[in-house]
Amino acid sequence: MAIEHHDYDVLVLGSGGSGLRAAIAAAEAGARTGLVCKSLLGKAHTVMAEGGLAAALGNVAPEDGWTTHFQDTMFGGKYLNNWRMAELHAKEAPDRARELEHWGAIFDRTPDRRMSQRAFGGHTYKRLVHIGDRTGLEMIRTLQDKTVHSDVDVFMETTITKLIKDGDRVVGCFGYRRATGEQITFSAKALVLATGGSGRIYRITSNSQDCTGDGYSLAYEAGAEMVDMEFVQFHPTGMVYPPGVAGLLVTEAVRGEGGILRNALGERFMEKYDPKRMELSTRDVVARSIYTEVKEGRGTPHGGAFLDVSHLDSDYVKRKLPSMYDQFLELAGVDITKEPMQVGPTCHYFMGGIKVDADTGATRVPGLFSTGEASGGMNGANRLGGNSLGDLLVFGRRAGFGAAEAAAQVGSVSLPQEEISAAQAEVAHFLSRSDGDNAENPFLMHRELQTIMGDGVGIFRDKEGLTQAIDRLESLQGRVENLKAPSDRLDYNPGWQLCREVKNMLNVSLMVARAALMREESRGGHSRLDHTAYSDYWGAHNIVIHRESEHDMTLTPTPVLTRDELVELVEARKEAEKAA
Amino acid sequence: MSETLTAGGTRKLQIWRGDLTSGQLVDYELETEPGMVVLDAVLEIQRSQAPDLAVRWNCKAAKCGSCSAEINGKPRLMCKTRLDHLPADEPITVEPMRAFPLIRDLVTDVSWNYRVNEQITPFTPRENLREGVDVLNGDFLIDQSETDRISEFRKCIECFMCQDVCHILRDHRMHNRYYGPRFMMRIASLDMHPLDGVDRLDQIADEGGIGLCNITKCCTEVCPENIHITDNAIIPMKERVVDQRHDPILKILGRTPNKGRSKPPARSATPEL
Ligand SMILES: Cc1cc2nc3c(=O)[nH]c(=O)nc-3n(C[C@H](O)[C@H](O)[C@H](O)COP(=O)(O)OP(=O)(O)OC[C@H]3O[C@@H](n4cnc5c(N)ncnc54)[C@H](O)[C@@H]3O)c2cc1C
Ligand code: SF4
Ligand code: SF4
Ligand code: FES
Repeated sequence: MAIEHHDYDVLVLGSGGSGLRAAIAAAEAGARTGLVCKSLLGKAHTVMAEGGLAAALGNVAPEDGWTTHFQDTMFGGKYLNNWRMAELHAKEAPDRARELEHWGAIFDRTPDRRMSQRAFGGHTYKRLVHIGDRTGLEMIRTLQDKTVHSDVDVFMETTITKLIKDGDRVVGCFGYRRATGEQITFSAKALVLATGGSGRIYRITSNSQDCTGDGYSLAYEAGAEMVDMEFVQFHPTGMVYPPGVAGLLVTEAVRGEGGILRNALGERFMEKYDPKRMELSTRDVVARSIYTEVKEGRGTPHGGAFLDVSHLDSDYVKRKLPSMYDQFLELAGVDITKEPMQVGPTCHYFMGGIKVDADTGATRVPGLFSTGEASGGMNGANRLGGNSLGDLLVFGRRAGFGAAEAAAQVGSVSLPQEEISAAQAEVAHFLSRSDGDNAENPFLMHRELQTIMGDGVGIFRDKEGLTQAIDRLESLQGRVENLKAPSDRLDYNPGWQLCREVKNMLNVSLMVARAALMREESRGGHSRLDHTAYSDYWGAHNIVIHRESEHDMTLTPTPVLTRDELVELVEARKEAEKAA
Repeated sequence: MSETLTAGGTRKLQIWRGDLTSGQLVDYELETEPGMVVLDAVLEIQRSQAPDLAVRWNCKAAKCGSCSAEINGKPRLMCKTRLDHLPADEPITVEPMRAFPLIRDLVTDVSWNYRVNEQITPFTPRENLREGVDVLNGDFLIDQSETDRISEFRKCIECFMCQDVCHILRDHRMHNRYYGPRFMMRIASLDMHPLDGVDRLDQIADEGGIGLCNITKCCTEVCPENIHITDNAIIPMKERVVDQRHDPILKILGRTPNKGRSKPPARSATPEL
């Protein structure tokens, strides 16, 4: 039976900020462009971003400039960042923010009527362009409208399960329409993975349902390299109660506006961990502090810390934190102007991802590009708040142009039939494999995977826990071929979708756990109880992962990509930190 | 905690199951957890009792507008509606939105909304922006008060529940004559942008069909973002249409486009459902 097929110069997977920006750029460069996403347009994970977009415009603090933003990003990333990415981001984010405004985005203003900027952890100056606490929505809506009026064909609710290669080159992909289950193939001269992160490998996460690491897994299977996968950002403040909303984000702006953290004994415990910066210490430090308080028996009734803004004027709280006020009132029955919230760490962001060329987003696989949270390098060991939204625009645009340029060098491409057949067989298998006793339910296996990751690969790690987790993940790997959707319908079948997603999440979990075991030090988002200090060796190396053969995941320590002309800036920052 | 969350207990749900050809409410019962929202209950039923139950969701944080449904007959976000805020003595009914074609169970085909959006001429800066007044070194100059006014409309998460409840679409099925409140408001937000240079008046009145709205305010009532769709977006635009299109003097003079704005190219009619 013939299946639906489309041909493009550039095909972008993902309609978050980075995917939309890439598609706009590719179309602008004259490429015939398609965009595919699992969800509906305008509903990607990016829509949840709250705080803002970091760009050294200097509207509020005229002293700010790209060099300081670059230094802040490097310091935040504990110097493991790809220097060129941090440089390009700092230099280009201001233009990308202005461009959004020229496309119709509306941001909060300064008294002299320019884009306003707010303070955030780790940024030397007030730097985050924002609108209230819904900056991601503004960004998505603006890019969505720009995309719709650019020459881009959009395929919504379409799930891609395999990249298709012809020899060394990625030439397209295979998937199905969620509403009907009908199969679909795309051929493309260049393909951009803008598929976001993989927060769903943890049970407690701020991430949306989309975030199952599909891009990481597809790229890895197609031969791309992954970098920094051990660095997962746990945001210090997620909701802990009621159970159904555990993990839901409580924005950093709550602490920015003066929120105070206390343990069950009423102690303001950040005094112990970072007396200088207190509640506004970096995310990794605050997350570890809360975790430690709970672990040592000083947690709140629901196993978190108290976060209190009730000492602030109640109208001020409602004006500055409207969605937090609503969220707690509606979902937890807590009026935050009168009583404290209970919060605890939640999996939030993947610093690691597909290894790309900073300037073009190219991976090492011809025809394959990546951008956004799906790609790695920009943030090193820890991301500063606000640096993701800037990243999406700067590198989304670069990947779109990069892909369009690469596509222009290629004649026509076609999809080898045996690759299509293999992809078809895989999705069919999830539906139709015979029911033995060993059929695995994807919902249950997903829970199991989340338990393993929470137990052994959480905020604090050690050799024993990691080794156990890896063993357990490897045993899951033996069972993953037995995944079977509990229903065999084709149309809108969530269990079927989850089968492939669980496979992807398992790949990602193994990368995270193995890299975490290899990195014998503590740095940024990675804390080892058995190696608590920085190591000089690891401070100069990223862990790069690639697939040598089917079950051979190879990890290689690789020197950090530095740049001669930036050495002075980096050294100056290191000196300043030492002096402080 | 000021409010003790009702701990657990069994609840009955009646979920609409079926497709365009047939369907009915099906009873389910489940053990609840404290603070559970309707989406939690539906997903739990999907996991343990009805693996083929079709439901659309993504953020589970009331931010993406995917999980709209009619709960006890009223459009609501499933992820923002707590079970213990609904009457305990009767089953909770969960049905798909009615203004759009059904795909299956709780999932509807909302693509018509996307086609309407494509018809709306996007933000286009005025041609005569003045340096130092409207723009400074590439930065737009906009007042916070103007931002605040438009910002209300831009809170929209496109849940399409206002579209679902508007009788012009829901009961009269005039999808080919009225854009619906969501898109009236979208045009209003473009129109109120101080630096936009497009005159969308004809579009509002003709393809948009603003005259069909008889200000029942049902749309405003269901908006999860509490946007004053009728008062702040639709009524001011209706007034402008009346003032500018039906003013006999302006008609004789040939209407001067608002704020020196240019008219967009002609569009096709309102999309069919
Ligand atoms: C609550 C919250 C608040 C945040 N606040 C901020 C903030 O204030 N500032 C900041 O800088 N960052 C913030 N972040 C982080 C930031 O929002 C994300 O890192 C960023 O949005 C990721 O965007 P993306 O374009 O890479 O991918 P995403 O927005 O995650 O989009 C991924 C896309 O890929 C598609 N996709 C995935 N797999 C497939 C597949 N197999 N087939 C087809 N399509 C697929 C999805 O459907 C989706 O469209 C926040 C994050 C959260 C959760
Ligand atoms: S006020 Fe107008 S747009 Fe809103 S529901 Fe009533 S008729 Fe529809
Ligand atoms: S205006 Fe309100 S009800 Fe209508 S789509 Fe937007 S958020 Fe939903
Ligand atoms: S799932 Fe996003 S609004 Fe409910």
